[in-house]
Amino acid sequence: MGGNIEFQKKKRKDYQSKTISPILTMDSINKSFTNVQVLKNVNIELFKGEVHALMGENGAGKSTLMKIMAGIHQPDADSGKTIYKGAEVNWNNPMEARNKGISVIHQEISLSPNLSIGENILMGTKFKKNKFGLVKWNDIFEKADHVLKSIGSTLNPKVNVSTLSVAQQQMVEIARALSLNSEILIMDEPSASLTDKEILKLFGIIDELKQKGVAIVYISHRMDEIFQISNRFTVLRDGEWITTGHISETSPANLVKHMVGRELVDLFTKKSEVTKIRSKEEIPVLELKGISDKNTVRNVSLKIHEGEIVGLAGLVGAGRTELIRTIFGLSELKEGQIILNGEKVNINSPVEAIKLGIAHVPESRKEQGLMANLSVKENILMNRLPTYRKFKLLQKKLMDKEADRYINELGVRAASKEQNIMGLSGGNQQKVVIAKWLSINPKVLLLDEPTRGVDVGAKTEIHKIICNLAERGLAVLMISSELPEVLAVSDRILVMHEGELKADLSKEEATQEKIMYHATGEINQ
Amino acid sequence: MNTKLQNSTHTEMSWKKRSKIIFDRLGMLIVLLLLIGIMSIFAPSFTDPGNIMNILKQSSITAILAAGMTVVILTGGIDLSVGSILALSGVVSVMLSNAGVPVPVAMAAGVAVGYAAGAINGYFTAVPKLPAFIVTLGSMTYVRGLAYVITGGYPVVLISENFKFIGAGYFLGVPTPVYVMTIVYIIMFIVLKYTLFGRHIYAVGGNEEASRLTGIKVERTLIHAYSISGLLAGLAGVVMASRLYSGQPMVGVASELDAIAAVILGGTSFVGGRGRIQGTIIGVFIIAVLTNGMTLLNVDYYWQQVVMGVVIILAVLLDRIRRT
Repeated sequence: MGGNIEFQKKKRKDYQSKTISPILTMDSINKSFTNVQVLKNVNIELFKGEVHALMGENGAGKSTLMKIMAGIHQPDADSGKTIYKGAEVNWNNPMEARNKGISVIHQEISLSPNLSIGENILMGTKFKKNKFGLVKWNDIFEKADHVLKSIGSTLNPKVNVSTLSVAQQQMVEIARALSLNSEILIMDEPSASLTDKEILKLFGIIDELKQKGVAIVYISHRMDEIFQISNRFTVLRDGEWITTGHISETSPANLVKHMVGRELVDLFTKKSEVTKIRSKEEIPVLELKGISDKNTVRNVSLKIHEGEIVGLAGLVGAGRTELIRTIFGLSELKEGQIILNGEKVNINSPVEAIKLGIAHVPESRKEQGLMANLSVKENILMNRLPTYRKFKLLQKKLMDKEADRYINELGVRAASKEQNIMGLSGGNQQKVVIAKWLSINPKVLLLDEPTRGVDVGAKTEIHKIICNLAERGLAVLMISSELPEVLAVSDRILVMHEGELKADLSKEEATQEKIMYHATGEINQ
Repeated sequence: MNTKLQNSTHTEMSWKKRSKIIFDRLGMLIVLLLLIGIMSIFAPSFTDPGNIMNILKQSSITAILAAGMTVVILTGGIDLSVGSILALSGVVSVMLSNAGVPVPVAMAAGVAVGYAAGAINGYFTAVPKLPAFIVTLGSMTYVRGLAYVITGGYPVVLISENFKFIGAGYFLGVPTPVYVMTIVYIIMFIVLKYTLFGRHIYAVGGNEEASRLTGIKVERTLIHAYSISGLLAGLAGVVMASRLYSGQPMVGVASELDAIAAVILGGTSFVGGRGRIQGTIIGVFIIAVLTNGMTLLNVDYYWQQVVMGVVIILAVLLDRIRRT
């Protein structure tokens, strides 16, 4: 990495020499959350009147960097300086940053739904009082109206936010940010929930803001947007600064290369010779025919054969989790068919899915996977409790024996099977979640980010477990945002973008670049 | 950290850690024993066999309610309707018995009324997912209303002598309600620890989303939990009616609060998923011993209430401290 820093410094100098002084400079920012370093020596410079695209994969550190810029998080003590308008600043809280002119429009809309548009826009400022010391409503609505008009919106500031469409709410968010006379505006995926028309309108507003000299940080996964509106870009990868440049001097392919460029080291790789030959002739274990859910998933068809691991790649919000949830009966199927071993099935709840032999390791271990109040043993056996009964009573000895068996089989490291599940490391907790499903003898295993928050060693072990299961004949569908993982473990890789399947790549043809290309919706390479 | 300490049984532990574990497990039992010790020193008549029987008898009704309440609170819910169910069930069983229905049938009908009321609570909590507090607040009102409606607001005096045994009788010198209470606790201990339903209660209370994803029928589990609470409230109502020789529509007002207090004193977590039925019975006895002892010590009744309130808050505070 030492050489890399030299390289970074040189590049930045090159860049600086071409321009006037920036409005904001962040120099070698570090940030750790409970011993996990998420930002390492990250740099960024912003200039008045530019749109600066911040690029990177899921988990590259974009949001963290923005949160530090806006005072929501504080950088680690060993970080470099943050210079804003010529002076060093250290924000203690978001209010400080906001008062000085740095505002954020968050990915998730953060308005109070039961208050009026006007109140939402002026929230956080002091409301003017009338002569009785009560809120002077006219003043609020006038000010709000003024801001709304300035961005060409005709919304009535007296209307409740809850009655607005998502796009309209986004307008209110923008108006709120502008009401503070922001000089830096951070937009985190502002277009994610907008229609094409609304996006055009948003771009119009962004153009106007540029004219006014506002510096805009624009985070988006959509390549076409980036090339349409930004002037410059910065790419982060795994919490590190990779490159900065003018958008006119790069190409989507080039950007993708910078975003992925990770090395495939130390990963357990699946040998998939056997399954390939078999899969041509057999009926697939799981087949989806044109399935759509209510919101995100659109017309997805796929086949998974016995013993096959299919990786499902895509960016956050592409609809991968929603697809899996639909298969598992957690969200309603609007159109299409689910076919198990050649038979069409109806799945309306997890209970039905489990009866059909579908197992599901959910995305969020803590919230959806574990019973934090129970022991390792009970977490493992919860699915199979009914089988340990004799005269309606649970048989302790039998349960102990079974729990030991799964603990050994999956190599769960716990002080004892009676230990509380939360005392285990993330990797071991995940093994417990997987063990829980093995006890039902599943035919299909749906994995949603199976190694998130798991250290490297445990990651490899989990990969081995997944491959062993496939060898035993399971059909595995694995969501993962880590491309090296997808490439190492999968026999085949599907890529989703905005609810649709965009690519079906064989292990041989798949590369990180290709996957990223499809994931960002840039198909006409 | 805490959980790690509690559970790593075969590692070397310092005396300090050991005592911490012992206190974690037995904390409230120690408090109870201390209370008993203090009372027997300062109020000599406290240890009279008659007084002990009295304490047991008086606490049996609250204990039966608290057993059901434990199940509901373990799921992360609350049942405010048990006091009203107690009244309705008592009234129904007495009226049926007076109308000539055989005593066991009349009693079973009273219990069944409680079960039904509980099942209704459970349905609205589990299926349309209304907040348990609201649902049971509603049923607290309508169930008591029904008790007034069918009695016209007057107590119904019991005719059958056989009916009196379960609440006012003695067996081998011990009041019958004490046997009822003991049986209820033994059964509930087994249910919670050694049955599928019991473990599902803990699973749902600990993490409803994970339970659903695991294939547990969450709705059914919740409905059963409230049904059990209703059933036990019905049983308590029958015992109460028998003890009072009458079915009274106004009986048991605010008894749900005593039951909740006992459950909380017993260390069951209000957010669900953590707690033991053994703790609840200790909680019941702490309240009973405290009330009885203060009466023996001639503490003013109004002051007793002040003390009880403070004790409940302190108990929860203690619980919070020892878990952090």
